Amino acid sequence: MHIPDGFLTTPVWATLDAIAIPAVAWTARRAQSELESPDDRRIPLLGVMGAFVFAAQMINFPVGLGTSGHLVGGTLLAITLGPAAAVVVMTAILILQALIFQDGGLVVLGANVLNMAVVGVLAGYLPYRLAGRGKARSAAIFLGGFCSVAASASLALAELLVSGVPMARQLLWFSAGLFLVSGVIEGAITAAATRAIEGMNPLWIREARPARPVTIAVAVLGAAGLLAAGIAVASSAPDALQALLPGSKNAGIPEGRLTKIVLGLAAMILLYAACVIAGRRIARQRSA
Amino acid sequence: MRSAARETWIVERWSRGSSPLHSLDARAKLAALAVYLLAIASTSAWTQAAVAGYAVILSAALAASRLPVPALLARAALILPFSATFALITWLSGDATRALALVEKSFLSGLAVLVVIAATPLTDLARALEAFRVPRSLVLVIQFLYRYLFVVADQAHRMRMAAACRQGIRRNARPRFHAAAGAVGVLFARSWERADGIYRAMAARGFHGTFPALAPTRFRTVDGVFLCGFALAALAVRLML
Amino acid sequence: MNAPRVIDVRGLRYRYPDGTLALDGVDFHLCAGECVALFGANGSGKTTFALHLNGLLVGEGSVRVCGVPLAASVSAGDLALVRSKVGLVFQDSDDQLFLPTVLEDVAFGPANLGLTPEEAAARAKVALEQTGMAGALHRAPYHLSSGEKRRVALAGVLAMQPEVLVLDEPTTALDPPGQRDLIALLRTLPQAKLLVTHDTSFAAALATRAVFFERGRVAGEGGLPEIVNRFHWSR
Repeated sequence: MHIPDGFLTTPVWATLDAIAIPAVAWTARRAQSELESPDDRRIPLLGVMGAFVFAAQMINFPVGLGTSGHLVGGTLLAITLGPAAAVVVMTAILILQALIFQDGGLVVLGANVLNMAVVGVLAGYLPYRLAGRGKARSAAIFLGGFCSVAASASLALAELLVSGVPMARQLLWFSAGLFLVSGVIEGAITAAATRAIEGMNPLWIREARPARPVTIAVAVLGAAGLLAAGIAVASSAPDALQALLPGSKNAGIPEGRLTKIVLGLAAMILLYAACVIAGRRIARQRSA
Repeated sequence: MRSAARETWIVERWSRGSSPLHSLDARAKLAALAVYLLAIASTSAWTQAAVAGYAVILSAALAASRLPVPALLARAALILPFSATFALITWLSGDATRALALVEKSFLSGLAVLVVIAATPLTDLARALEAFRVPRSLVLVIQFLYRYLFVVADQAHRMRMAAACRQGIRRNARPRFHAAAGAVGVLFARSWERADGIYRAMAARGFHGTFPALAPTRFRTVDGVFLCGFALAALAVRLML
Repeated sequence: MNAPRVIDVRGLRYRYPDGTLALDGVDFHLCAGECVALFGANGSGKTTFALHLNGLLVGEGSVRVCGVPLAASVSAGDLALVRSKVGLVFQDSDDQLFLPTVLEDVAFGPANLGLTPEEAAARAKVALEQTGMAGALHRAPYHLSSGEKRRVALAGVLAMQPEVLVLDEPTTALDPPGQRDLIALLRTLPQAKLLVTHDTSFAAALATRAVFFERGRVAGEGGLPEIVNRFHWSR
C-alpha cells in the first residue's frame, strides 16, 4: 500500500521522514558488514535483486475465486540477503516506484519506507530469526510473509487514520480482513518460493542462528507494538483509542484530532523503537 | 497488470529530450520540486485558489519541458484509483471539501514528480541525489536496479510466455500455484547468477572495491534563477492563497 | 613459433567449491599476435579456463601472463597488472555493460587503472572509434542491439589497452552480418586472441591453431582444420 502525497498531515509525514532518514542511513552502513563486504563489491547483487523483486511481481499466483496475487518480497529478501541489505533493496525499490511510477509520494516517502522497507522487512524476518531452525521452519517463513504484509498495511492504515482520513467501522473490519488475506497469500508465496530456491542451491537461504532470550523478549515487544497498531487501526473513534490509556479522559486530555494524532504517533514511535531494537539486536548477534 | 519495463521505457524516452527544463541542472530541479511538494503537503487550509496557483506554476514547468501533455496527464492519473477510493470514503462520510483536496493534492504532487523525472535523465538524477548526501550505496543500488530492471523483467516476461504456451486448459489452482513458485525460484537463481556475472565482469576490468565518483556538473546562474523563481512562486501560493 | 609467450599455463587444476573437478591438468600457451580457437563440449571447462587467465579464479599449477605468475598469493599490484593485460569479453554483454551510458561504461576500466576521468574518457572514445561505436557515446546500453552491445563490451576491454583478448562465445546472439563485422573488426586488432567458441566457421576465419578440451583436459591441439576433423567438430 503506497501512500501518495497529500494524504498525511504535516506532523505525521514530518515525524515519519525524520525517523526514516537516519534509519535508512544506519541500515545502509549495516548492510555492508552483513554482506561481509567492506566496499561496493556486493552493490550489483543488491541492485539486481531489487530488479528481481520488480520482475517477480509480474508472475501471477492463482489464489482462488479467479483472482491472482503476487510476491511482495520483503521476507524473501530478508532471508536471502539478510535484513539490513533487504531494507536497503526495498528502500531503493520504493524510491524508484515513487519517482518513475508515481507509486507513493515523495514527501511521504519516509512513511512508505518505514511501513514497507523497515517494518515490512523486520516483521518478516523476526519469525524466521526465532524459529528458522528445526521443525517450525516452514511455518516461520510463512508467518514471516504474513507479518510483513499485515504489519506494513496496518501501519499505513494507522497513519492515514491518524492523519484524519475518516473511516467507518465496517470499512475498517473490511480492511483488516483484506490485510489478513494478503498476509496469508504473501506467506504462502514466500514459503513456496523459498522451497523452490532452496531446491536449486541451499546456500542462497541464510541460516537462522539460534535465538537468544533477549531476541525473544524483543520479538514479543515487537508483536505487542504491532498489536497496538492493530488496535489503533480498529478504533478510528477517539474514545476507543483513549480507552487504551486508562484514566486519560479523567486526566482532562481534550478529545479530538490532536489527541488522536498524539496517541497514534506515540504508538508508532513505540512500534518503531521496538523494531529498531530488534534489528540492532539481530545485527549484533549476526556479527558476533 | 502494468508492465514495469514499458512504463520505464516511456519515461526514459521523455527524459532524453532537449527542452529548457531538460537542460537545467538536476539539483536545481530536485530542490525546486522539493519546495513545491512541501508547500502542497504543508497546506492544511486547502482552497481552490491555491489549487489554481499550484496548477499555474506546474503548467509553466510543463510548457518549458515541451513534453506531450495528454500522455503525461494520463500517466499521472495512475495515482487516481488509490486517491479516488479514499476520496470516495471521505466524501461518503460527509467531508466533500476534504475529499476533493485529497484528489487534488495527490494528483498535483504526482504530476510534479513526473514532470521533473521526465525532464531529467537518471544519471543526472543519481548525481544530484549524491550531491544531496543520499547514502552512496543506496544511489548505486538504485542505478543497478534501474539498469537491470529491463534485463530481469525480460526474463520474467519470457517465462510467462513459455508458461502460458504450456498451460492448456488445466484449471486446478494448486499445481499452477506451485509452478508460479518455481518460476519465482528460477528468476531468483538467474538474478543471483547475473549478479555474479556482473561482479566477475567488473573485476576483469580492474574493479577493486569502489566505484568512481560521478563527475560533478556546474551549477549555472540560469539554474539558480530557475530554482529561486520556482521556489518563490510555490511559497507565494502557499502563504497567500 | 618464436614470438614470446604472452600466456603460459602448465598443469592447471581447478576444483569448484562444490567438489566438481573443472580443470584437470591443463597445459596451454598463447604467443604474441597469435589467434587460437578453444573448442570443447558444453561443460568441458572452457569458460572456467578463461576465468583463470585473468586471475578471476585461481587453481593449482602455474599460470603466467606476460611473465607475471598468477597464484593464490599474487599481490594486488600484480593482479591489477594482469587484469590490464588480459581483456576478457564475456558471453553475456549485459553482464559487462552495467553503467548508465556507453561512454561511462567504456571508461570504467581505464578509470580503475588510475587514469583521471578526462584521460579515461579520451581512451574510451578511441576504443569506441575502433569498434565503430563512436556515435553511441551517450546512449544507454539497454537501448543497443545485441551486435552493438558486443561492440561496446569489446571497446570496454580495448580501452584498457590489453595485450591479450579472450572472447567467450563472441558470436552468441549475433546475426550473420554482425558476425561478419566482428570478424573484420577482430582482424584489425593486433592483440593475441583466444576464441572460446562452438562456431567453427567463425573460428576458422580468424584462428590458425585450435585446442580441444575434454572433461577439463586438453584432448588435442594442432591446426584448426585438423582438430575439427579429428573430433568431428562440425555440423
